[in-house]
Amino acid sequence: MTEIALPTDGSRATPLLSRHVALGARMIDFGGWQMPVQYTSILNEHRAVRERAGLFDLSHMGELFVEGPDAGPALAGALVTDPTSLEVGRAHYSMICAPDGGVIDDLIVYRLAEDRFLVVANASNAPVVSDALVERIEASRSILDDGSLATALVAVQGPAARGILGPLTDVNLATLRYYAIAEGVVAGMPALVARTGYTGEDGFEVFVDNAAAGELWDILLGAGAPSGLVPVGLGARDTLRLEAGMPLYGNELDRSTTPFEAGLGRVVKLAKAGNFVGREALTRAAKAGPRRLLVGLAVRGRGIARHGYPVWAGDRRAGIVTSGTQSPTLGLPIAMAYVAPGDAVMGTMLEVEIRDTRAVAEVVPLPFYSRAR
Amino acid sequence: MIPSDLRYTKEHEWVRVEGDVATVGITQHAADQLGDIVFVELPEPGRVLAQFATFGVVESVKAVSDLFAPVAGEVLEGNASLLATPEVVNSDPYGTGWMLRIRLSDRSQLEQLLDAAAYEALTAEG
Repeated sequence: MTEIALPTDGSRATPLLSRHVALGARMIDFGGWQMPVQYTSILNEHRAVRERAGLFDLSHMGELFVEGPDAGPALAGALVTDPTSLEVGRAHYSMICAPDGGVIDDLIVYRLAEDRFLVVANASNAPVVSDALVERIEASRSILDDGSLATALVAVQGPAARGILGPLTDVNLATLRYYAIAEGVVAGMPALVARTGYTGEDGFEVFVDNAAAGELWDILLGAGAPSGLVPVGLGARDTLRLEAGMPLYGNELDRSTTPFEAGLGRVVKLAKAGNFVGREALTRAAKAGPRRLLVGLAVRGRGIARHGYPVWAGDRRAGIVTSGTQSPTLGLPIAMAYVAPGDAVMGTMLEVEIRDTRAVAEVVPLPFYSRAR
Repeated sequence: MIPSDLRYTKEHEWVRVEGDVATVGITQHAADQLGDIVFVELPEPGRVLAQFATFGVVESVKAVSDLFAPVAGEVLEGNASLLATPEVVNSDPYGTGWMLRIRLSDRSQLEQLLDAAAYEALTAEG
C-alpha cells in the first residue's frame, strides 16, 4: 500500500488515511481531521448499512479514560448523567454542560471496571471536553488519560454486522446487550467491543490501539465483503443518524442549547446525589419549560431544507432548520428544526423557506426511521 | 472523457448547439463533485435568460449548487424526467441528464465559453 504523507495544513489524520485514499474516498476536513466523506456514493453507502453492513473509521472521536477509586462520583459531578448507576460493562448516552446549562458536548460513557470509565466525545469537542473534565475531577482521587490520539475506533453497523464480527472475536456478541461493552480480542488484537452506534441499525464499535487499526480494517473489510459490507464515509453517517433522529453536535446541540430543548431532558438526572456542573441552571430550565423544541419535519416539496433555513408559520417566524436531507430510505426530504413550543405539535403544518420559495412541512414524530426488531 | 463537441462554462455547465437550439447540462466533473443528485430545479418555458444568469439549482445529498446559463435565450423546455429520476445527471450528464433547451439569441456568445481542452485544463487544476 502506498504511504500517504501526513497532511501539512495542521489537520490530523487517522491511522487509516492511506486506506481511505487507496479506496478512492473523497476526503474532507471534519473537526480538524482528514476524514472520508464518501467512497462511492452516499446513497449506496447508506443503503448498504440499512440492508447489509458498513465499515466506518471513527478514529477522530475522542477517547477519554477516567480512572480512580471515586471515578464514578467524579464523573457524576461533571456530567448530567449518573455514571455510578452503570453496571460494569454497560454504557449510557450523556452530556457535559456548562454552568449555564448549555451543552458542551454529547457523549457516550462506558463503565469498563468498577473504577474505570471510557468517555467518548465528538472529535471537534474532544480537547474542550478533556480540559473541562480534568478541571472538574481535579478535587477527586481520579485521573483522566486522554487516549484520543492513540486510540482508533472502527464501527461495523448494519443487519449483517453481528455475522461479520462474531467469528473474528472471542466476545460473545449474542449476549452483548445494546449499550454494553466488553474487553476481548478481535482478529488477534486486544480490543474493546461495544454494541453502540449512530446509524439506527444494530452494530458494534471496536476500539483498538492505533497500531492495530490498519490490520483490523483490512480484516473486517475482507471478512465482510461476502455479506455486502462496504466502507462508509461521513456523508452517509450523517444521513443515517438523521433518519434515526439522532442529534449532531453543532447542528441540534450547541453551547446555547439546553438538553430539554433538544428533547433530551430524560438524560439529565436532576435528582442524582451530589452537585453537578449546570445543575442550578438546568433545574431552572426544567421548571420554566423550553423556549423552543426540536421537531422532525416531513417536507412536502422537492427542495431540501438545510441547516439554517428559516421555518415559518404563516407570516410568523416559527424557527430554524438544524439538519436536513433527502431521506435515502424514505425517498422524501426530511429535516429537524427548532420551533416554538406551540408549533411543535404533531401534525402541525409549517413552511420551510428554501431559497426564494416556501415548502410545506409537517411536524412528524422522531425518529423518521426505526429498524424492525 | 470530456466531449469535444461541446462548449463549457467555468462553473461546469456544458452547452450543445444544434441549429438555433442550445441544450444545457452540467459536466461529469460537476456531477461527481456534487455526489448523488436528488433534486434539480429548472425554469418554466418562456423565461428569458441572460448569459451566465442563474437558471436553477441542483441539489445533492450533501450540497446545493446554482446553475448558470452558458448562453442567453428563451427557455424552450426543461428536462421533465429529472423530477422523477434526478440521478441520471450523475450517470449520464451529457445525455439523458440534460437540463434545459434554450433558443439561442446570440451565437457570438459561444466564443466566451471554453472548448473541451480548456475545460479539461480547468478541471485538472483541481
